[in-house]
Amino acid sequence: MNPVQTSAPATALGNVSTEAIVFFFVFIAISLGITYWAARRTKSTVQYYAAGHGITGFQNGLALSGDYMSAASFLGIAGLVSLSGFDGLIYSTGWLVGWPLIVFLIAEPLRNLGKYTFADVVAFRLRATPARIAAAIGTLATVSLYLIAQMVGAGNLIKLMFGLPYEVAVVIVGCVMLLYVLFGGMLATTWVQIIKAVLLLGGALILAIMTLWSFGMNPIALFQAAVHKYPAQNVLAPGKLVSNPWDAISLGLALMLGTAGLPHILMRFYTVPDSKAARTSVFYATGFIGFFYLLTFILGFGAMVHVGQSVISSIDKGGNMAAPLLAESLGGTAFLGFIAAVAFATILAVVAGLTLSGAAALSHDLWVNVVRKGEVPESEQLKVARVASVALAIVAMILGIAFKGQNVAYMVGLAFAIAASANFPALILSIFWKKFTTGGALWSMLFGTIATIVLIYFSPTVQVDILKNASAPFPLKNPGIVTIPLSFVIGIVASLLTKEKSAEEKFAIVEERVHFGADTH
Amino acid sequence: MPEDSPGAPNSPNHTPEVAMEDRKETLRKISSERWRIAIILSVCMLVIYFGFILLIAFDKPLMGSLITDGLSLGILLGALVILSAWVLTTVYVRWANRVYDEKIAQLRSKP
Repeated sequence: MNPVQTSAPATALGNVSTEAIVFFFVFIAISLGITYWAARRTKSTVQYYAAGHGITGFQNGLALSGDYMSAASFLGIAGLVSLSGFDGLIYSTGWLVGWPLIVFLIAEPLRNLGKYTFADVVAFRLRATPARIAAAIGTLATVSLYLIAQMVGAGNLIKLMFGLPYEVAVVIVGCVMLLYVLFGGMLATTWVQIIKAVLLLGGALILAIMTLWSFGMNPIALFQAAVHKYPAQNVLAPGKLVSNPWDAISLGLALMLGTAGLPHILMRFYTVPDSKAARTSVFYATGFIGFFYLLTFILGFGAMVHVGQSVISSIDKGGNMAAPLLAESLGGTAFLGFIAAVAFATILAVVAGLTLSGAAALSHDLWVNVVRKGEVPESEQLKVARVASVALAIVAMILGIAFKGQNVAYMVGLAFAIAASANFPALILSIFWKKFTTGGALWSMLFGTIATIVLIYFSPTVQVDILKNASAPFPLKNPGIVTIPLSFVIGIVASLLTKEKSAEEKFAIVEERVHFGADTH
Repeated sequence: MPEDSPGAPNSPNHTPEVAMEDRKETLRKISSERWRIAIILSVCMLVIYFGFILLIAFDKPLMGSLITDGLSLGILLGALVILSAWVLTTVYVRWANRVYDEKIAQLRSKP
């Protein structure tokens, strides 16, 4: 064990390396080839939104992992582990434990009851207009916050890795992603996710094996080396991340239940042929995502030992470059180029999935079902979906540039909190509770969205960390523990106050369809 | 000529009404079993994860205590949380593939 390169941060990061460009262009060429192939098959809305239900459970498992494993989790968790050790595990576990809940409670009913979006399920037996408007608000709020976080992350990351100006990076990501979504729809987006998931899992695995090689493939020996290198900092014990237990529970709830309310994840369950395949896909996704988080933990400790904390934080204070630096230290510039291209591909794929789900909310939920009351020819639906994708991509680029230099880390937490407070309760109540009404859905979703945004604004995350005030009126960093139960309560109380006979009667259909899908009775 | 005499109670169990009732009852049973399993497994996941988080929040020294040189209790439990997510998912998927799908398929094939 010899700690390599602890002197000056001699790294090729930030200089455009030939290897990185080659890997990057190979990825772009392959993904655009797939988009061309997919575009020729994307002639109907079921193709555009749901890849013609032709994706297998295993493929969708990979695509779900691709949608979920963002650059934030790859670079961010590895970075957090490299600088503080144990604490990264709190996020890793929080981001995984929502997946079992998805398969137990959501995936199959969603596939059996809906068509393209989770709003289909909420609106199934309710009055379509108010229910879909509320669900679209929840979707668009989640998607735009997540998009801002991804775009700002993309700009910073690409600037750090390739030395490109921030704005150029944001525009490149926006345009390439738009090509996938606009022409290839869900089919191209799915295959981009699959390729990216394989690259990311493969890259992380190779990097982890290289890390563990000098420790006899024994992670415990690696942890020992980290303890010896940083004896003063107890890297194997919980650090500063969790101090207030209420904060910890609130964050945990938002991460767990938010996963089960993310519109771009939920939309993926329509790409498979039936509810059994939806179930299978979560089984694989849980396996891949859990495995990936175990790998990032190894990578974080590897970077701590092989690269060293001072080098990592001298390049990026948050530690985001820990994994690329580890790649460079173990595999040279060529491997750094590969990992940089993988990180870029990761961002592209996640942003494409988000844009497609936002476009579905705008076109399928709002235009087709609210404005035109469902009476829309197929060609117009497709056209509107594509216009919505272009609009969202432009908005994403503008927001990405507008938030340049801002601390947007809290926006991912906010997106999860809205997904958990606005989308998750309405979805659960509409599947399981006979007396759920349009009023209940509307108030629950509107409350979930607005209360989460208001409480985040008054929380220490914004008031102390960003506005630099001494204290915050709302004590918790994440409002989940308040907003999630309250959204359920409001959904229930409002339903009891606004009895809806037709919704109650139609619950019999829900009870059948939840098991059989649309093809019986 | 006993056949087709109207009102002849040849097999009372096969009148359409009774078949419908049977089917409803079977569906009700498998449905409540499916949700019971789902809820039990969900509660397991919640308890395991929040148990882990609460231990971190309330007893950091315990979580930092070493099991062997290089492995703290916290890291071991964190890895076990990930493992438990896999195990619970596998339990549900195996049950659904073997029991639930079969019963639903039987109900589906009935008229």
